[in-house]
Amino acid sequence: MIDLVNLFIKAVFVENLALTFFLGMCTFLAVSKKISTALGLGIAVVVVQSLTIPINNLIYRFLIRDGALSWAGLSEMSLDFLGLITYISVIAAVVQVLEMFLDRYVPSLYNSLGIFLPLITVNCAILGGCLFMVERDYTFSESVTYGVGSGAGWALAIVAMAGVREKLKYSDIPEGLQGLGVTFITAGLMALGFMAFSGIQL
Amino acid sequence: MAYEHKKIIFDPIVDNNPVILQVLGICSALAVTSKLSTTITMCIALTVVTAFSNAAISLVRNHTPSSIRIIVQMTIISSLVIVTDQFIKAYAFTISKDLSVFVGLIITNCIVMGRAEAYAMKHPPLPSFLDGLGNGLGYSALLMVVGVIRELLGSGSLFGYPILPLDRDGGWYVPNGLLLLPPSAFFLIGMIIWVVRSWKPAQVEEPEYRIYHAPRPEVAS
Repeated sequence: MIDLVNLFIKAVFVENLALTFFLGMCTFLAVSKKISTALGLGIAVVVVQSLTIPINNLIYRFLIRDGALSWAGLSEMSLDFLGLITYISVIAAVVQVLEMFLDRYVPSLYNSLGIFLPLITVNCAILGGCLFMVERDYTFSESVTYGVGSGAGWALAIVAMAGVREKLKYSDIPEGLQGLGVTFITAGLMALGFMAFSGIQL
Repeated sequence: MAYEHKKIIFDPIVDNNPVILQVLGICSALAVTSKLSTTITMCIALTVVTAFSNAAISLVRNHTPSSIRIIVQMTIISSLVIVTDQFIKAYAFTISKDLSVFVGLIITNCIVMGRAEAYAMKHPPLPSFLDGLGNGLGYSALLMVVGVIRELLGSGSLFGYPILPLDRDGGWYVPNGLLLLPPSAFFLIGMIIWVVRSWKPAQVEEPEYRIYHAPRPEVAS
């Protein structure tokens, strides 16, 4: 149990997807102008991340991994090379199903998250999370923890970034740095701050 | 319609750079640039994937209903990435270990999807191929600059060969450890954006708020 708690804390802070691996940077920089939209996107990422990583974990362990098909009598078979295309299809499918489900049963949530859901399919944080799960060979319970944790870490980073940028727009910035340039430098300073967590051994 | 092929290739390198102007494909630009050998592998992989996926998507553009176009693009792109990934694993195994998940992440690299959506869906295969090539080169140009600065100043070498003799081996250069840490890539790209925008002022963004300079009140003496 304590392992899972450690893994969760590690996924949120020490190995924050946005600020230590720079995944999902495109949306991270584009959708962080206002706290409210950043929060919406953050929640959507947590939901999608905590669904897709466990699903991909099951697919990896029972269908794709070297020798995973031994339950079907095909112990020699390895479908490793199909990994990438499977994970991205699962992500696209989950996002689509989630969108339809929310539209039908929770329209209020759909209206607030609606525009972000299609964006998430191509968010590298989601696919990156799945690939890290595969690379580190997580078990099912670990993959659930990692999914929730890494999503929460990403959401935390984008909300913090939006908070900084809301204040930043009133400041007097050199012309060439206006907009994208200063956002990069802010993100760099935040990443330096997050590096302080990397000293924590769990 | 006539296409100026040269312009399609060279335009995205400075004038319309995918990373610093269109804000596409930043994720991998930051993570793979601490060593030049990984940087160049990533650049070649991305350029190849973008060029060929643009060409392939452009070939099927008239047969793809728009409701399923994203999934069609995804399938084409991920097949190309799988081929590239297997190729790198076969011929450059140590580099593929260094790149870890980032080759796979070319699938979700916004440059590939962005160019497919913005260009290849509307233009014939040859210009689309060249557009993909040009954008891949624009991305590579920026990554190479960042990679050279980070490896040269961070560990005093290029491609692993020592250029600046390090002080711990009896030389004079004290390496700047900050440049090996991931956040330095943010600072470098921010600075490069500043330089490019000072050179080409047309790219400067309008600020949301201007500081109002109040006229100085006249003081009666």
